[in-house]
Amino acid sequence: MNAAPSVSNLVPLLPEIVLGVGGMALLMLGVYRDARMVRLIDYAAIALLVVAGAVLLLLPAGKLTSFDGSFVVDDFARFLKILALIGSAAAIAMSLDYAERELQQRFEYSVLIVLSTLGMLMLISAADLIALYLGLELMSLPLYVVAASHRNSLRSTEAGLKYFVLGALSSGMLLYGASLVYGFAGTVTFSGIAQATARGGTGLIFGLVFLFAGFCFKVSAVPFHMWTPDVYEGAPTPVTAFFAAAPKVAGLAMFVRATIVAFPGIVSQWQQILVFVSIASMLLGAFAAIGQRNFKRLMAYSSIGHMGYALIGLAAGTSQGVQGVLLYVAIYITMTLGVFTVILSMRRSTGMVESIDQLAGLARGHPAMAFFLAMLLFSMAGVPPLAGFFAKFYVFLAAIKAGLYVLAVVGVLASVVGAYYYLAIIKIMYFDEPVEGFYKMPLELKVVLAICGLFNVLFFLYPGPLVGAASAAAQSLF
Amino acid sequence: MTIGLGHYLSVGAILFTLGILGIFLNRKNVIVILMSIELVLLAVNINLVAFSSFLGDIVGQVYALIVLTVAAAEAAIGLAILVAYFRNRGSIAVEDINLMKG
Repeated sequence: MNAAPSVSNLVPLLPEIVLGVGGMALLMLGVYRDARMVRLIDYAAIALLVVAGAVLLLLPAGKLTSFDGSFVVDDFARFLKILALIGSAAAIAMSLDYAERELQQRFEYSVLIVLSTLGMLMLISAADLIALYLGLELMSLPLYVVAASHRNSLRSTEAGLKYFVLGALSSGMLLYGASLVYGFAGTVTFSGIAQATARGGTGLIFGLVFLFAGFCFKVSAVPFHMWTPDVYEGAPTPVTAFFAAAPKVAGLAMFVRATIVAFPGIVSQWQQILVFVSIASMLLGAFAAIGQRNFKRLMAYSSIGHMGYALIGLAAGTSQGVQGVLLYVAIYITMTLGVFTVILSMRRSTGMVESIDQLAGLARGHPAMAFFLAMLLFSMAGVPPLAGFFAKFYVFLAAIKAGLYVLAVVGVLASVVGAYYYLAIIKIMYFDEPVEGFYKMPLELKVVLAICGLFNVLFFLYPGPLVGAASAAAQSLF
Repeated sequence: MTIGLGHYLSVGAILFTLGILGIFLNRKNVIVILMSIELVLLAVNINLVAFSSFLGDIVGQVYALIVLTVAAAEAAIGLAILVAYFRNRGSIAVEDINLMKG
């Protein structure tokens, strides 16, 4: 069954090879050159991510496989890989100013992000349990380090430590599930597991539950969300922005591919779990965020809620549902990156501030920033005609078509509750007495904020390409 | 009495449970948590090798070797973060990791 190894087998991996080799080259450059190279390494890392994206788009169309089918590049993988690359590149761009001020110019930061992105790409393409585990760890290990990258700060190292302990625990559970699935299915490939699930078996369902525990941790869905607020609050802000975007894309990709491709035979079993996870995440995201005054902590609960909405589409288990998940995650990363540019520019003479009360009267001092932030928050709340409305619309529609009425109704109710705290921030910005203004926003943050804001405002004019791409990507899984 | 697959899986399950309990019930120190994580991964390896042997399929043993390798990398990173934390806090007691309440 083994094809003779040849160079042409490696073609589907070209983007990963670019990132891997490029990342190591940047590491060497950083080690052997002095500190002035840091800016150059940051730019080179962004360029590397862009090149990897271009290579990905230039790959032959259709479904490519490599390594005996354990590595798959289909439309689903292309769509999510592009999103992950965009998320990572934006996160590096957003960290430029902060890193120079606070992190004493550490070049390792962007190199670690490049390596973590390499893990994400492998994870998105993984079509067997070994590739999935390797991709997951390659993504997670650099994340633990960047969470603690502000190594003289107690908060940052504590966030790194907590993330590491809980992350290692969750990969342990995922692996235990993988070992059970391997044992009862007799194979690690997703297609082989799919054939075995058609025969049924309790062992497989046991394994599936443990696998789901690991997946839920990585996307911070409810029973395994407890790390999220602490890590978001403690990690340096650009790192939090990174955590909120690209790893969520890869985590959802792994969740969707493993569930849809490997376990199509036992839909009714995993649908119950997903309905519970998604309802619990939406409700927790809506209610727990209300009392938060720290913006980063609030964003953590917001992201828990958003993952709940995204998982509605997966719970539907149809091609339309997966399309909803893909659209949701695409729109979610633009919203979250946009909001984080504002958190990153909340800096005044006394230093960085993180409380939402510090945004008081922002509309008077910084009208453009306040406008875009307001639009992004309206979009997160799901107010039409902004992009966030369409994201929710597609997943709710899929849930209703699949007969999951309770899920859709709870989703709508949770989004009404969630709207309260988004609107509360807008009220603080526009109607409260102004406090001292912030420093001017650095150019790269302005650019990211403007792109994210305009995308969310103007999405309804021309939704066709994104919706079409998501639909094609979803079909490639079925 | 012959030792069958069920026995190996029981050992694996017991070790896994001990590892998880070690993480949650341990109130003393973070090193013990790192040891518990290793215990969980070793439980997985016992499972994988037992299944591999009983299925007559080599993939499980390949998987176990990969898990061992990654576990080593994971432990290295965990200890590095722990050292950085200890420099700031001066303690690695679990009850002292409480700056942020979550």
